[in-house]
Amino acid sequence: MARLQEHEGKALFKIAKMPIPQGDVAKTPEEARRIAEKIGKPVVVKVQIWAGGRGKAGGVKFADTPDEAEKAAAALLGATIRGLLVEKVLVEEKLAIDKEYYAGIIVNAQADARCPVVMFSTEGGMDIESVPADKIALMNVDVLRGFRIYDALNLANRLKVPSQHIVPVARLIVGLYETFKNYGARLIEINPMVVTKDGKVIASDCRISIDDSSAIRHPELGVAVARESSTPPTELDKIAWWVEEKDLRGTCYFAEMNNQIQGECYGTIGYHGMGGGGAMLGVDGLNKQGLRVPDFADTSGNPPASKVYRAAKLVFSQPGIDGYMLGGFMAANQEQWHHAHGIVKALREELPKRPGFPVMLLLAGNKEKESLEILREGTKDLNARIRIYGGERVYDTVGLAEEMKEMVLEYKKEQKG
Amino acid sequence: MAILLTKSTKVVVQGITGREGSMRAKFMRRLGTNVVAGVTPGRGGEEVDGIPVYNTVQDAVKNHGLFDVSVTFIPGTALKEAVFEALDADIKWIVMPVERVPLYDILEMVAYGKQKGAKLLGPGSIGVNTPGIGALGWLGGSVEFASRHFVPGHVGVISRSGGQSGTLPYVIAQAGFGVSTVLHVGTEPVTGMSFSDVLPMFQEDPDTDVMAIFGEMGGSHEEEAAHLVKSGKFTKPIIIYVSGAWAPAGMKFSHASAIVERGSGSTQDKITRLREAGIIVMDNPNEIPEKLKELKQQGKLRVK
Repeated sequence: MARLQEHEGKALFKIAKMPIPQGDVAKTPEEARRIAEKIGKPVVVKVQIWAGGRGKAGGVKFADTPDEAEKAAAALLGATIRGLLVEKVLVEEKLAIDKEYYAGIIVNAQADARCPVVMFSTEGGMDIESVPADKIALMNVDVLRGFRIYDALNLANRLKVPSQHIVPVARLIVGLYETFKNYGARLIEINPMVVTKDGKVIASDCRISIDDSSAIRHPELGVAVARESSTPPTELDKIAWWVEEKDLRGTCYFAEMNNQIQGECYGTIGYHGMGGGGAMLGVDGLNKQGLRVPDFADTSGNPPASKVYRAAKLVFSQPGIDGYMLGGFMAANQEQWHHAHGIVKALREELPKRPGFPVMLLLAGNKEKESLEILREGTKDLNARIRIYGGERVYDTVGLAEEMKEMVLEYKKEQKG
Repeated sequence: MAILLTKSTKVVVQGITGREGSMRAKFMRRLGTNVVAGVTPGRGGEEVDGIPVYNTVQDAVKNHGLFDVSVTFIPGTALKEAVFEALDADIKWIVMPVERVPLYDILEMVAYGKQKGAKLLGPGSIGVNTPGIGALGWLGGSVEFASRHFVPGHVGVISRSGGQSGTLPYVIAQAGFGVSTVLHVGTEPVTGMSFSDVLPMFQEDPDTDVMAIFGEMGGSHEEEAAHLVKSGKFTKPIIIYVSGAWAPAGMKFSHASAIVERGSGSTQDKITRLREAGIIVMDNPNEIPEKLKELKQQGKLRVK
């Protein structure tokens, strides 16, 4: 799921004719000054990064004059906030806030719904999760019928939005639904929806995530990596996406993740899974043995050897790994020899740099015997701890992770000594 | 008997002339599926493996009468049109082995399917396989692999993972048992059928004694299955493994989703709810054969 930054989201709101604060994006302090001059009143300068909670992290500053706006931008640009480098700020008019509302749309995949849910609340400006249920009005939308203006009016009316504001509030919710639909969003929020002291209703901040499979219809959004993630893509993630885009045969999925072990951590395993479900099995097993997995990788759907090789190289590119595991925890329908060839090439390049390195290779399914032979033959002269297994251990997540742990402990001891 | 598929089930393949469509149509046929016709706009009059190809589903119906099932091998961004076409031709079962389908398209086709009283399997489902009868989609992979590792028997299999829907039958066969029907619900964020839609069919199936299920973190399939069992609508033994205990919390896509998911979705939470419903939850997937043997000893599972 590709998350948009605030200013990108607001550009979509503008297309839907939804009122947003006057403002623009600045990449330098001078640009920030010029935007503030143009606005001609007090402004707010906001960092444009992926993370939420920017205000609390010091990423939002107020400025009464263009001078102050320039200084605020100078302080924010180039800073690191919530671990992310600030490259852009949004300079906007400061709103005179009377009330803060909330509007959001998500998809409910439950069996009794399978539809978009429109949410409205009179308690805006905070995390919607912390708002009591009686302050949130919900509506399941029948997509064949669509979402109508009076649906929005009814939602607002349920929470007693005053008559003088109810029409602009409803229009904003309808605009939000149109944006949700037209851009294939999976999540879209206005938070807060501000009622100003002079009675205007404005989308003051937004959060939009585009569905991975819908991003392809909207090249104008410039989505770098159309993949579900809670964090911005890393350099390795971007390379993996490049590999995927260049060759659509099969899947090469790779994402770095923050995997933490409860209790003692005995080592870090570069993990190369096969098939979403099977790949998860391996992580479950390794974690239970106190082995951390810094990445979730998956090659499946019959990729060519070149793609498997690149995935393995990405896994090996991670600093600080104490072992490599090919977690083929599935009896694959695809001929496994393509995997075997790709893996052998990667191991022959990587292992000479890492004497004694622990390597666990599990491959099962179609052409298993031939594939295991390729792995054995291709790695037999390498100076490393290599274990190769097939179908008889396809669900032995515990046993394989235990063996991995033993090898890692030996290897680490050797490294120290 | 089997769920969904019998020897006489009449099947049309949409997108039959494509690389996937033609290969899988042959696979389905070799396993015994009654594939009667194919559809690819612009390719009417051709044949694939002896199967006649039509320009539209309507034209195929005119020549062969109504179909029971359509299997769609259509690129994700074009799937919606094909599914609407099938629904308008009164097809009540649609199997969609298609990934990367835009989310709003899925919502529209699922809504239209519901209005038409049809069942939609997927998108992102590799299909259904009933050993000895046939397959819809490509579950089983190759004829060689499916014939060897999909043994007829009495364990019903449902999976949220395509790869695991091939692995469970393999492991079950190695343990000396067989499968009644294997079904993959699909990997897209919204699917037309969930565990709770499929389980009642296995409940009705006299060939199914117990269920083996591969679950995953996220979504609500497992919670809904637990609810079904708790309310007495499914009474056969279920053994399940739920993967993804490690998943970082941030992988749940938003705070807002919690409002409708009511706190469900995490693997630990799923396991708790499943156990409360009396479902057998495995700590490790390799305990499945052992559990099946126990059920056999208790007289709850036939071998052949």
